[in-house]
Amino acid sequence: MAPVATPWFFYVLAGLAVASGVAVITRRNAVHAALALIVTLLSVAGLYLMLYAPFVAGVQIIVYAGGIMVLFLFVIMLVNIERSSKERRYNRMWPVGLVAACALMGLFMTAFTKGRSLFPDRMISLPESSNTQQIAGMLYGEAGQMGQYTFAFEIASLLLLVAILGAVIMTKKKI
Amino acid sequence: MPNFIMSYLGSSVTPGEAGNQFWALMYVLIIFAGVSVAVMAMNWLERKALAHFQIRLGPMRVGPHGLLQPIADALKLMLKEDIIPAEADQFVFWVAPLIGLLASFTVYTVIPFGPSQAVSDMNIGILFMLGVSSLGVLGIVVAGWASNSHYPLIGALRSSAQMVSYEVAMGLAVVAAILMTSMKTGTGTLSMIGIVQSQQQQGIWFIFKFFPLGLIAFVIFAIAMIAETNRAPFDMAEAESELTAGYHTEYSGLRWSLFMLAEYAAMIAVSSIAVTLWLGGWMRPFPNLLHAPAWDFIFSFFPGLTFLALAAIALIGTARMPSHSFFRIQRIGLAVFAALLGFIALLLLVIAVAGRSADASLAARFNEGIGYVYWFVLKVAVFMYLFIWYRATWPRYRFDQLMKIGWKVMLPISLGVLMVTAIVGVLVK
Amino acid sequence: MSEHENDVSSRGLSSLDRSNLDLETPEKPYLDSNELIINMGPQHPATHGVLRVILKLDGEKVLGTECVIGYLHRGVEKIAENRTYTMFNPYVDRMDYVAAVSNGLGYCEAVEKLLNVEAPPRAKYIRVILTELNRIASHQLWLGTHALDIGAMTPLFYTFRDREEILKIFERYCGARLTTHAFRIGGCQYETYAGFEKEVKNFLAFFPPKIDEYEALLTGNRIWLERTKNVGVISGADAIALGVTGPVLRASGVKWDLRKAQPYAAYSEFDFEIPIGENGDTYDRYMVRMVEMRQSLRIIEQAVNGIPEGPIMGKVPKVIKPPVGEIYHSIEAPKGELGYFIVSDGSTQPYRIRVRPPSFVNLQALDIMVRGLLVADVVAVIGTLDIVLGEVDR
Repeated sequence: MAPVATPWFFYVLAGLAVASGVAVITRRNAVHAALALIVTLLSVAGLYLMLYAPFVAGVQIIVYAGGIMVLFLFVIMLVNIERSSKERRYNRMWPVGLVAACALMGLFMTAFTKGRSLFPDRMISLPESSNTQQIAGMLYGEAGQMGQYTFAFEIASLLLLVAILGAVIMTKKKI
Repeated sequence: MPNFIMSYLGSSVTPGEAGNQFWALMYVLIIFAGVSVAVMAMNWLERKALAHFQIRLGPMRVGPHGLLQPIADALKLMLKEDIIPAEADQFVFWVAPLIGLLASFTVYTVIPFGPSQAVSDMNIGILFMLGVSSLGVLGIVVAGWASNSHYPLIGALRSSAQMVSYEVAMGLAVVAAILMTSMKTGTGTLSMIGIVQSQQQQGIWFIFKFFPLGLIAFVIFAIAMIAETNRAPFDMAEAESELTAGYHTEYSGLRWSLFMLAEYAAMIAVSSIAVTLWLGGWMRPFPNLLHAPAWDFIFSFFPGLTFLALAAIALIGTARMPSHSFFRIQRIGLAVFAALLGFIALLLLVIAVAGRSADASLAARFNEGIGYVYWFVLKVAVFMYLFIWYRATWPRYRFDQLMKIGWKVMLPISLGVLMVTAIVGVLVK
Repeated sequence: MSEHENDVSSRGLSSLDRSNLDLETPEKPYLDSNELIINMGPQHPATHGVLRVILKLDGEKVLGTECVIGYLHRGVEKIAENRTYTMFNPYVDRMDYVAAVSNGLGYCEAVEKLLNVEAPPRAKYIRVILTELNRIASHQLWLGTHALDIGAMTPLFYTFRDREEILKIFERYCGARLTTHAFRIGGCQYETYAGFEKEVKNFLAFFPPKIDEYEALLTGNRIWLERTKNVGVISGADAIALGVTGPVLRASGVKWDLRKAQPYAAYSEFDFEIPIGENGDTYDRYMVRMVEMRQSLRIIEQAVNGIPEGPIMGKVPKVIKPPVGEIYHSIEAPKGELGYFIVSDGSTQPYRIRVRPPSFVNLQALDIMVRGLLVADVVAVIGTLDIVLGEVDR
């Protein structure tokens, strides 16, 4: 399937992601910041779509925007954070932050220019239908053999189960 | 230009696949208009059906038999004063209904009304639908927060907790159905059109597959979707006689109507998921068993006959109107409506007759397309009626009982169905 | 506040100290304190009138309640001191406006006892028929509103439609549907109209399938059972200690009905049963009232088949001046024991009339019943007590 107006969509989505990312850290109101974070996550899902990874995009929406952000909003609303923060708006250590951010940007630029040969120079046209199947193959195995990451996947799900149980036990008043 | 239009009508892929922006836009506009009309019709049907369940008549004055009541309601809501609580967060208050609306309407991008009648047949169709409908929870949470009042906040948190809990059971039931798509070909599919096509290939609606597993999964989904949309018997969070007011208490006028629009659109959307996954989507009854062209011809009369029946009912209503001069305008209005329905019926019957031959003529393609849309909409309409029926009949669950059912009953059963379906699927292979 | 908290939940019948419920919203942030004071009403869709209930909650659980009443107080008992006995008769209907006929019956019988006059047998039979019809009408209204509070919208319309038949009979008999003023001191004023027996018999044939319809909607419904079983339990001992009467008492297992225990009017001549419940929860109260409706049909049938001929008014002087004395007479109204305590000083106007309304006394049980329940159940329990604020406040 021929992509439609790809550079345009990329700039729109990326710009949206960056702008809402900035909004997350500059908004005073916690709920506004959470809403901006949702916009960021949805733009990233769009970027995943453009990379021919529809499954990852779908899971990003379900898990991140639909689950984790709802949790964030619950916590913000239940804990009743005062609307106007009483603290100083910008931290006193902001020069250190600026230096660290510039250093990080310098690292990225270096990696991009020097390591250019590592990135493919033309777009590999992956067939779109393979994303879900490939992920399933890696996680669950195909053609009768165990996948590459099946064991790790099961261990990770056990870890999640332990975390859920721990949360329930820690917050229940009486067992 | 006409060639451009005609060239699309002959295609057998969705506009998304064909990369055809114009047709995609047309489909989006048609769906948007259709869903809005459907929501208004649903509003009317709810009031009339509830009234008839309760031995009263419902709206009768605004338009013949209250047919123009939704328009009157919409006008009233638009003209109402827009009250915003003083301490409310202005931006968030404004954005909350929009989030809910966006989430409910975006889902329609992947709903298949026919084998090529969808805006876009995404490979992850069902995943997309589940994800975007879970964004609707955000709209509710934010709406409760923005009202800056204890009771809407509690109501919103309860509504969203309920929706999130039942999404789990819903998702597992959906996975059980998706498992069944891989039975014949060995590879399953997440795309909505693919799911219906696999039902066609396997020759059975998934509600009957591996009986009773498909049925149990369907029932779990049917119950979970009522809880998802906050409808009776799971509407404690927005009931009038309870202490905690609903999340939309502080909203008035057009903003409230946006919430109502989002709720009804979500109801239609989840019913479409149920129809697509278990009830065969757009397929007419017995497409494989009764396969002869004669049967196709007979079934192609159904849309026309339905509209003819509706026109007949409207005509009977006209005849039964009191002959007092006060009712003259209503009588004329209802007669015009009956004539309109009759005209549509005539058109459909003509298309059915003209499209008899199996070649690719325009009439035949129209006939097919209309048939697909008709059966799909009929099945979804049955679900809509069921929603109203449940609301009329049953009391509502208390909130803790609701959550108990969601986690302690629905989740284990859907997990069990999933596991048993997987095991049976492997064994049957 | 904390020292009282444990007492409130552990002591059974103690009332809440007013200082205990600090009625201002606490200044602490929402999550830190578990306790919340919530005010329900007086304008509330589910309090069946102008009842104000102040709930003290711990999260979702109710720790205690306080009812504030008096919003419908009209000074009926004070008015009675300035009216003659006959003039006071219409006022009595306005107390429990749903079961006006019972109110009239209790008052007329109390004054008759004071005068030492008895109503003739025919009048007694007519009284019984109309009172039992009113019992059915009152229970129907209760059923519709109670189901509506719990969320079932439809039974309300069905019960109101069927109640119309009873109200038509009342209208034909005495001209009014609700505040009927049906009886007079000494008997009845109006003779039964032509076709009265036929219409009552038609009603007897018409109604049992309707009760079956209501039961089909509610009795076996799982949602109804979950909302009403083990909700609002009161034990028989507690009920007796509080003075609760009527279906609430009978649902807790105590077999006490004034129609059998202290028969009045013509009840001793009829054969009927008193339904009793076991657990004293909302479901039992529901079942007791449903069975009572059926038993009322039985009584009406026996009465209508055997109305004796004769006068309808006893030997009552034109000016009613009872001898000096006092009397307490009570009847089994649909909501419980309705009592009239009349003190006469020998003049044409009573010295004091004190009404013992069943709803007023039953409302005290609200506190016990909702301890430990969730907020959503409070509405169900108020509904199941079947209170009418007209009689609570008078």
